[in-house]
This record gives sequence, C-alpha cells and structure tokens, in this order.
Amino acid sequence: MNAAPLAEQIGLRHQSAGNRRNMPYPVLEVRGVTKHFPGVVANRNIDLDLFPGEILAVLGENGAGKSTLMNIICGLHPPTSGSIRVGGRRLECRSPRDAIAAGIAMVHQHFQLVSSMTVLENIVLGAETTRRGILDPATDERGVDELCRRFGGQLDINPQAVIDDLPMAMRLRVEIVKALYRGARILILDEPTAVLTPQETGSLFQLLRGLRNQGTAIIFITHKLREVLDVADRIAVLRQGEVVGHTRPGATTEQAMATMMVGRAPSLTVPKVPGVPGPPMLQVDNLTVHRNDGTTAVDRISFEVHQGEILGLAGGQDNGQTELIGALTGLRPVSSGTVRLNGHDTTHASARRIGREGGTGHIPEDRHTHGMVEGFSVAQNLVLNLCNRPPFTRWGLLRLEAIRAHARRKAAAFDIRATSLEQPLGSLSAGNQQKLVVAREMRDGLPLLIASQPTRGVDVGSVEFIHHQIVQQRNAGQAVLLASYDLDEILALADRIAVMFKGRLIGLSPAAQVDRNRLGLLMAGIPA
Amino acid sequence: MAVVTQSTARFAAGLSLLLLAGAFLVEYAPFADIQPIRMLFGENVLNFALRAAVPLILGALGGILCERSGIVNIGIEGMMLAGAFAAFVAKNATNHWALGPSLLLGTCATLLTGAAMGLLHALFCLRFGMDQIISGASLILLSMGISATFFDENTVAVGKLAPWPVPLLSAWPVIGPLLFHKPPITYVALLAVAVVGFALAHTRWGLRTRAIGEHPRAADTAGVAVLRLQYLNTTLGGALAGLGGGYLVLEAVGQFQEGMIAGRGFIALAAVIFGNWHPVGALGASLLFGYAQAVHNELLLAQAPFLPRHFVSMIPYVVTVIAVAGLAGRVRAPGSLGQPYLRETEA
Repeated sequence: MNAAPLAEQIGLRHQSAGNRRNMPYPVLEVRGVTKHFPGVVANRNIDLDLFPGEILAVLGENGAGKSTLMNIICGLHPPTSGSIRVGGRRLECRSPRDAIAAGIAMVHQHFQLVSSMTVLENIVLGAETTRRGILDPATDERGVDELCRRFGGQLDINPQAVIDDLPMAMRLRVEIVKALYRGARILILDEPTAVLTPQETGSLFQLLRGLRNQGTAIIFITHKLREVLDVADRIAVLRQGEVVGHTRPGATTEQAMATMMVGRAPSLTVPKVPGVPGPPMLQVDNLTVHRNDGTTAVDRISFEVHQGEILGLAGGQDNGQTELIGALTGLRPVSSGTVRLNGHDTTHASARRIGREGGTGHIPEDRHTHGMVEGFSVAQNLVLNLCNRPPFTRWGLLRLEAIRAHARRKAAAFDIRATSLEQPLGSLSAGNQQKLVVAREMRDGLPLLIASQPTRGVDVGSVEFIHHQIVQQRNAGQAVLLASYDLDEILALADRIAVMFKGRLIGLSPAAQVDRNRLGLLMAGIPA
Repeated sequence: MAVVTQSTARFAAGLSLLLLAGAFLVEYAPFADIQPIRMLFGENVLNFALRAAVPLILGALGGILCERSGIVNIGIEGMMLAGAFAAFVAKNATNHWALGPSLLLGTCATLLTGAAMGLLHALFCLRFGMDQIISGASLILLSMGISATFFDENTVAVGKLAPWPVPLLSAWPVIGPLLFHKPPITYVALLAVAVVGFALAHTRWGLRTRAIGEHPRAADTAGVAVLRLQYLNTTLGGALAGLGGGYLVLEAVGQFQEGMIAGRGFIALAAVIFGNWHPVGALGASLLFGYAQAVHNELLLAQAPFLPRHFVSMIPYVVTVIAVAGLAGRVRAPGSLGQPYLRETEA
C-alpha cells in the first residue's frame, strides 16, 4: 500500500490542512529539495512547510534522509537542487552562519558541544559579547540567565560547569539554550530523546509545548512512534529520501505510521515464549572497572546470566555499560572482582581466550571500531575471528573456497544483502553491516552472547530480524547479556532487567515486574 | 584541562623563579665563590639559556597557533629555516644600507616568508587535503632544498641586532642585565607569550580558536567560519616560527649556515607538547631546554673532570626526552588535532 494516497484520502496533504488558527503563512518552505551524495540520493524532491507555533514531527527510519534534510535547512549541506524560503524570502545558505542569521537553529543528534569548555562558552560561541576586543563573560552570563529565567526552572543551567561533567539531559538543555540565545524562530531537534529517560523526555515535551505556545516553530525528528503521538501537531513521514505522507496525531495510529515509515506492516512486538533458564553461564562477582582517566566506571557489580535467558542491561550513556562490556569481553582490564565463564575464571583472560576458546559471541557497541574492517570484503569480515583455524586455514594459508562457502551460508541465513561477497563491507548499508556482525558472532553452540546496542542505527526491517535472532539463541539455550540504551529494546527482549546507574547495578528483577516508568526512574538513579 | 594548564604554568613560573633566585645567590651570597653554583646560576649560563630559549619560544608559539586550530605542525623546523634564510638574503642584499633599515628589512622578510610557509601548510592540508604530517615534512624538505641551493658560502652579511636596554629597568641588579638588556627579538618573544596566552583565553579570536581545535563541527554549527580561522592561525603561526629562525641570523649569530636550525624546530615541537599546547607552558619548556643547553655548554667549557665529554653532550637531549616522556598521558592534545574538518560528511 502506498502511504501518500492514503494521506491524501484523509485530506491531510499540507496544502489542504485548514485547521490552523492565525497562521496563514509558513515560516519555512522547503521546495523540491534534492540531495545527492556520491552513489546515493539522500533526498528526492522534498516539499515541506512549517508554520509558526507548531510542532512538526518528521518521522522516518534510520537512513530515510531526515538528518540530511535538516542539515540542508541549517546550512551544513548545500542542496543539489531545490530551494528553501524563510518567512517568504529565499534563503541563500552557504554556511550555518547564514541559517542562524535567518533564525534557524538546530540541535544535532550528536550534540555539537566542545566538551572541554564551559556551558557559557559553548552557548555564546559565535555570538560573543566583547568590550574593546576582550570577551565580556559577565554580560553574556546575564543574558543567558535572563533567557533561562523566562522558562521558570525548565532551562536552569550552571553556566560555569564544564560540558564533560554534565549528564546527557543537561547537555541537551545547553543545546536548546544555545539555540534560543541566538534568537531562533525555527528550532530543529534531531532525535533529541535518544539519550533521555522517559521522565526526561516528558519534561522536554513540556518545554517544547511552551516554546510552541510562544510562537516558535519546531521540527522534531524521531523514529519513535509513541513520542510523535504525544507531542506533534502535525506529522510528515519520510521514506527512502522522499516525503511519503502527512498526517495528524488524532487521525493515525502507531501501526499506521509504522506502515507509512517502512512501506509495509512491520510487527512491533517480538514473538517470545517464556524461557527455561538453566544453570548460570556468566558469573560476575564484585567487579570494578576503571575508565582510561582513572575514574571508576563499574563499581562492585555482581550478577549472573543463566543459560536460556536474556539479561537486559538498561541505563543512560556514560553510566558504565561500555566499560562493563569491555571488561567482560577482555577489551578492558579488570581492577578487582572476578568473572567466571562456564565455571572457569576469565577475569584477566584476553579477548581471544574469552571469545574464541571460551565461546563468547560479542556484538560490540560500536561496530566500526570493534566489529568490522570496512575495507575488507563481506566474506573476509565473516571469518575475522575464525580465519586462523580449520577449515578456513591450512598450513598457514587461507582456504578461500572454504571462506566463500561459509560466507554464502551466513549471508543466506542472516539475510545480508550484498551485490557480491567480495564487496567491501564499508559499502553496505548500516543494517546489512550490523546483520553481518550478528551473523559472525552467533555461531551455533556458543554458550554466551554479549550484545551491546545490537540494533543501533539500523532500519526497522533489520531490527526485527536481529531481535528475532537473539530470541532464537536464547531459546536454543544460550545465555544472552543484552546492553542497550533503548528501553523499548530491553522491554521487548529481556527476561530479567537491571539498570546501570553511575557504575552500580540497581533494580535487578524479572521483566514482568518492571514497566517503562519504573525503568525511567531507575535510570535517573531513583530506586523505587 | 584547566588543572593541567595550571600545572604547566606553575612549572614555568617555578623554573624562572628558581633560576632568578640562583642568580641572586651568586650575586650577593657567599656562594659566589663556589664553582659549581657559579656554573649553574652565573650570569653567563642564564644569559645563554635565554638566548637558546628564544628561538624555541617563537617556534613553539607558531606550533601552538597552528595546533590549537586543529592542524598538526611538524614543519616548524622548515618554517624556521625558511625564516632564517630569508632574513639572510634580505640583509645580505642590503649590506650597503645603514644597519638599521637593513635589519628591519631582514625582519620583515623573515616574518613574510614564515607567513608564506604557514599559508602553504594550510593550503596543503585544507585545500588539497594532504596528510598533515606529510605536509609538515615537505615544508622541511622544501626549505632545506632552497636554502642549500641558493646559499653562497662566500657571502657575508654585516652586523646584527644590538641590545636595547630598557630605561630604568635595565639598571636593576641581576634582573636588569638578565632580562632588560636584550636585543629586540628577545623582548618580542617574551611579549608574544603573554599576548598569545591572554588572547587565547580572553578574546573572541581565542575562544573560537580553541573551539575549532577541539570540535570544529560544533564551532561551524555555531556560526564560526572554521576554515578561515584555520588559514589565519596557520599563517600567523608560520610568521612567528619564521621569526624564530630569523632570530638566529638577525640577533644571535649574524650569519647564515646551512642546516643552522639544527633540530630547534623539533625541540620547539617538544616544547609545545611539554607545555600542554599553552603559551606559558611552552615558555617554561623552552627555558628548561635552553637551560639544559646552557649548562651543557658551561660544563664543556669548564672541562669538568668528573664527567666524560660525551655524557655532557647528551644533557640537552636527555632532558628533552625525559621531559616529554615523563609527561606522556598527563598532557592533552586539542581534540580534533590532525583530523581535517570536512563539513559535508554524512552524520
């Protein structure tokens, strides 16, 4: 089913939307914008209107072209063709500076803050007050204070704090203040909720509604359907670089939006039968791990993962998940405590011993750093961890035929779509790259799978597939440790759930006993 | 970051105070007759230390301007050599002029040539996307080649910059002759440390420079013209490094010799790192390296019987290695150092 005609049928093409009060002229008009990157069309002939005093949700999968479109609007990328008008005047945007001057500010998905500088320095950067050539931080600080006071506590920040020391929610606040300080009339937020707990998301929405009521036009980008229904006034859906439909929260459902987004009806839940946990496979006792700078990342943590169960590890970024997984997989030294894998002490074992001999599959948090070699072929990447043992090697020489045969089998089983197995992995889509990493790390009969952010940045189809595979491994008796910042993923997959907060493990309990709200509180460090 | 910066500044202040205190002891206390103390803190050795430090200070400042903007500069040596050779050529061509204008022309030539080398580095790295290490190395080879080809050993430049005593201050005991009875480029170098240090911390230019060196994309999205600032700073840095080389010809020696920079550009780079990319820190490091050189000189002159000559000759290098290696992990380079900023990449 094509979604665009559907939207037309229910009368929601933006041209015909007539229920807006006092806002006849769009503040932002995007007309026929097309953007080519070498080998890809990221945006194709996009039309979009934004009116003052509304929140427009732009919905789409990873790779649908949302961020590219916003980068064009905020002046980072010049469009290949098409035009953008702000307040009726054509915007000749050669750099973000021009967009800022036109009243457009964007909060990027990866915060654009200089982490070694203070909050105030970041806010005023590019718009500093000087007196006789010397910076005048006192005046700047008064300006920022005044701005923040207007929002009655919702935007409270400490201007002297260094960004590095701030939690993600606070950094988002700094980004928003930075945008407002430049006098933004059009505020673009690119997936701002990815790093927030449900409670923090709630207060962000409150703030956005307040801004909207004061006349700011807001574009809110996300792929989370629930949030769209919650906060948006109007919804535009992007798929494969094109606008495929417009709708309103009252006139649609999550299922309908998902269908528009993906182009077919995806299943939003993972089919799962109750598991049969066996004896403990991974036993972690009193584990402490330090960061590179010597601070404590993991603080005396103990837990077990049993055969046939998925232990979900939730928590915000920078709370020690990364370091914990690093220690468990041998990538980071353990400071104290013990790790036992299948009864054997692997506390100080190398990554090679844990992975290959111990039989731990590891889907790393950042596939580009720890999961793949971009320049290597699909076939080579699939044997990265096996290439020095039979049947892939004999007398120290690789056996290319065996490697190719292995690749053909894995590619078929894991739906890795490549034009050729000799294609460099870097040229595949994110979803296919991730499926390859998953395929390599899920060998039959391995006792333990450690999956960290297994579906970050991949399309809905691949998410479905990967989730399915993880559940299958668990059904086959494997122990699975699943670390994710995505609460929905944890709730969909895990049998037991724990939250990491500032290096401690809190609230470990069966999945049936926790809900989003409780998890959100735990992620904020509030034990229920 | 702030703490480390403070510690390098403290080091610089501590070292300077130590040396000055030593100088006073030699001057006034009964220690004056004790040979080793005279050797370590006498007027000779301290003057020599400052003389050896000036080119390092200027070279390091050039490196700092460049690297705080995110561009690696291993080509300080080449910028200094080009500056030195340009000074020599200009001065030699005007041997028949009065000394003052001739030296002034030499100074202008050294600044402009250094700036041109900086601009070239920026063009290589930013416009043509060359690897920044390779570009730096090519600057060194370029200036080595040009100076070797065109240098005529029979030409002799006449005269060099004389000390300009600062009125009143130069009459102070001990401090006067050490600090206020110097030729002009020495003053320029010391002032430049203060100016660059202040400007980095307290001006719009400084804030933006720090931002582009740490996170150019953040600066760009905030409306800072990243490339323009990188070009500007690399060019300014080249001019300062060039002056560091010109100092040798115009103020220290009065002549040019092939390969006369003799690794000072690399020691200046070590000073950048040791000084944690901060001007005051680099000043401290340069003084330390200059002082090691001076002590080495004194020991050689005194023909100290207790140390073999070869070990004495190792002192400056050993100090450099220990200083830089001892700091490994304690200093922090600008966040985006060496990564060219490309606005148009996805994500």
